Amino acid sequence: MDITDQLNISRRGFLKLTAVSATVAATPPLVARAAVPDVARAPVTQQVAMEVNGKPATLSLDTRTTLLDALREHMHLTGTKKGCDHGQCGACTVLVDGRRINSCLTLAVMHEGSKVTTIEGLGTPDALHPLQAAFIKHDGYQCGYCTPGQICSAVGVLDEIRRDVPSHVTADIGAKATFSTAELRERMSGNICRCGAYSNIVEAITEVQEGRA
Amino acid sequence: MKFDTPATTNPIDRLKVIGQPHDRIDGPLKTTGTAHYAYERHDAVPNHVYGYIVPATIAKGRVVNIDTATARRAPGVLAIVTAKEAGPLTKGQYNTAKLLGGPEVQHYHQALAVVVAETFEEARAAAGLVRVDYARSPGAFDLAAAKGRAVKPEDGQPDTAVGDFAGAFASAPVTLDAMYTTPDQSHAMMEPHATIAAWEGDKLTLWTANQMIHWGKGDVAKTLGLPPDNVRLVSPYIGGGFGGKLFVRADAILAALGAKAAGRPVAVALPRPVMFNNTTHRPATIQRIRIGATPDGKITAIGHESWSGDLPGGGPETAVQQTRLLYAGANRMTATRLATLDLPEGNAMRAPGEASGLMALEIAMDEMAEKLKLDPVDFRVRNDTQEDPEKPGRRFSQRNFVQCMRKGAEQFGWSKRSATPGKMRDGAWLVGMGVASAFRNNLVMKSGARVRLGTDGRATVETDMTDIGTGSYTIIAQTAAEMLGLPLSQVSVVLGDSSFPVSSGSGGQWGGNSSTAGVYAACVKLREAIAGALGMDAASAVFDDGKVSAGGRSVPIAEAAKSGEIVAEDSMEYGDLEKTFQQSTFGAHFVEVAVHAATGEIRVRRMLAVCAAGRILNPKSARSQVIGAMTMGVGAALMEDLYVDKRLGFFVNHDLAGYEVPVHADIPHQEVIFLDEADPVSSPMKAKGVGELGLCGVAAAIANAVYNATGVRVRDYPVTLDKLLDRLPTV
Repeated sequence: MDITDQLNISRRGFLKLTAVSATVAATPPLVARAAVPDVARAPVTQQVAMEVNGKPATLSLDTRTTLLDALREHMHLTGTKKGCDHGQCGACTVLVDGRRINSCLTLAVMHEGSKVTTIEGLGTPDALHPLQAAFIKHDGYQCGYCTPGQICSAVGVLDEIRRDVPSHVTADIGAKATFSTAELRERMSGNICRCGAYSNIVEAITEVQEGRA
Repeated sequence: MKFDTPATTNPIDRLKVIGQPHDRIDGPLKTTGTAHYAYERHDAVPNHVYGYIVPATIAKGRVVNIDTATARRAPGVLAIVTAKEAGPLTKGQYNTAKLLGGPEVQHYHQALAVVVAETFEEARAAAGLVRVDYARSPGAFDLAAAKGRAVKPEDGQPDTAVGDFAGAFASAPVTLDAMYTTPDQSHAMMEPHATIAAWEGDKLTLWTANQMIHWGKGDVAKTLGLPPDNVRLVSPYIGGGFGGKLFVRADAILAALGAKAAGRPVAVALPRPVMFNNTTHRPATIQRIRIGATPDGKITAIGHESWSGDLPGGGPETAVQQTRLLYAGANRMTATRLATLDLPEGNAMRAPGEASGLMALEIAMDEMAEKLKLDPVDFRVRNDTQEDPEKPGRRFSQRNFVQCMRKGAEQFGWSKRSATPGKMRDGAWLVGMGVASAFRNNLVMKSGARVRLGTDGRATVETDMTDIGTGSYTIIAQTAAEMLGLPLSQVSVVLGDSSFPVSSGSGGQWGGNSSTAGVYAACVKLREAIAGALGMDAASAVFDDGKVSAGGRSVPIAEAAKSGEIVAEDSMEYGDLEKTFQQSTFGAHFVEVAVHAATGEIRVRRMLAVCAAGRILNPKSARSQVIGAMTMGVGAALMEDLYVDKRLGFFVNHDLAGYEVPVHADIPHQEVIFLDEADPVSSPMKAKGVGELGLCGVAAAIANAVYNATGVRVRDYPVTLDKLLDRLPTV
């Protein structure tokens, strides 16, 4: 990739952008004009190979494609949800190399060699993961749209506690991390459920944790 | 089938399947990511392309020019549709503002164009290259400033009056006269509005997220000038709605227009930051409440006035609704006024009217109880009424409101509450308890279904009813299983397709009772056909345990369909029982909060709801409806506030980082108690709505608990710590 050329384009785009902005400032107050760059760049594509739910996947992707859209639009793994595309809701949570991340906040091409686990990789309707079964038993969902993210996040949370990763509510970060509803609620707070199933979700995750203990 | 006399004993009363806390039948799909929502229909629409919205960036005015030349040259772009390319579109019956604006701009982020490209990234990038020049017009964006110009809305009853309110209030020994405000709120459901559109000739199919399939089909047809028969909506799974998906929104129209122009199926989702200003919201209110009572706590005068705003042609937030029915009192008045505002369209959000109205009324009741030196539970109980206070003699079909209050008080440990605020401490925390009444009317809507008995003895229900997280799939399956004497596992349910019989849809907490009553009607017809096929008397045939029995014979139900599937279809319609009786649902919310004595941080510690809402069709999913509503009530009480830029006319905090909704850390364990009821006036199901009841009153119970903890009375929602800090008791 020719970085110099890219920078030149960016600079040109920037100059045009500032020119438009200047026009805005000079126009009468009742006329507003949106500032847009007069540039239409050809997409840059790149090949990326990762392992998704235990299977190798090689994709040729627009470098702007998020991991979330790679999963949903290119691999048709639509269990991972797009709730906000801005890292604000947690519906897109997946496990990358064992750790939970918002897949909307990371570009797919950054994940060469990554091992990605999505909700489809945890269990199926006929062979549910213990957390999936517990969510059903405790009615830890309603519309179901945040649910895959909640479950993937819960897998990550239980592992974080096992790995002794402290949280905001951990009283003594020198002591061993322990499971509690306060810890669970704090660690799960990046996953919004607008239907408000939180009380049941906490009970579902707690049951799985206690079954393990 | 027509329901015009109260229900007697019917097969539903057996409660072998219905009324049981079954797990949701859609659970295995939803928890494994295999339930496909509107934007995810790669199975149904392979090789669709992507549309991206260009939203208006002024609140009011005119588009002088849209320059799409650069965007059209951008890589991958297939089509761009603005109002000019779209040609004349008709505004939908249920829309206030047009879904595709231009040249006139009616509100901020109104759609002005859709850019269609091969990929999502290309469509998004090209949408950013569309240059729009505007001529901005001045607009009205401040409800408080527009209040003086508010008028009587054209529809509904802007004024109600019984007795002599003014005289009774003036002469009442104890009175309250206070103003309250509630802010604009957003549904903020987790699934963004989304649609995939595909044309076959002049026939259009939309895989879309919509609560009311039949309304949606009609409005898509009307907007695009198509015969309704040429439009099909498919919406089997919906990622939340709360009223925000009652109506056709821009995603559906942009996808349809984009697909037509591109000659390819097109998927459009509203980007989250566009949703808050592009779609509808619950309008802010200013409310005045006056209550007059005798020293022993009998209300003699009750008055409730509400002001809200909307775009021209829009409607008011009917915040005074519950005050006409909730408490006794011989002298009463309500007034509803509507101001013209140029903010985005106001419309229904979960429990429209009551949610906002009870936020104010139930603080007022708490204030009044304090003036009377009465316990707030006792004050409410003293003013119970078993008949419509505006129409003496017209009784409530069932009203166990007092039982809700008493049961809740006992269960919650209400007697431990200190009547004097600021007296309970737990270390650095001030602790308080609050109570509020819950009230929401029970509406019934005509609803239809088709039920098939297959040759394998399985039953399949088809209806255009939707499941927005409410549990429709499960209670419909339970209804059919009960009626046909089948185990739940032998029933399949297919929902949300406009090619199925028209149902009540999901809204106004009418969906659960109404849609299952429609399934009941279809099952009655199917039972007749099955009995006929088996040569049995339909009236005396018993359907149980997979068998049909009559006249000493008992045969497996599958026998009836051995020579071919049996299909029956019917609707449940309603007579005028709702005129004879007032049908409502009741409840009581109890909340304990802790307020940090130094920082004013508010934590909700305990929540209990007691609900009287007729027969509970599935206690597990109904409880979830109520805890979810209680959670939304925490949001309304403590954080939700669409902040208006009053100069430029838009909601500033238009994403999920700025518009705060409750998260895990905000919500404690929640308790729900349902009173054991069956209301024969509502339908053969004897059920009523519960999904909105659970929200009604919650915010006020929290505000009252904060008052009890701190002695600081906040009448302007949300109750945030900045409103407490300078008045907290000395540390």
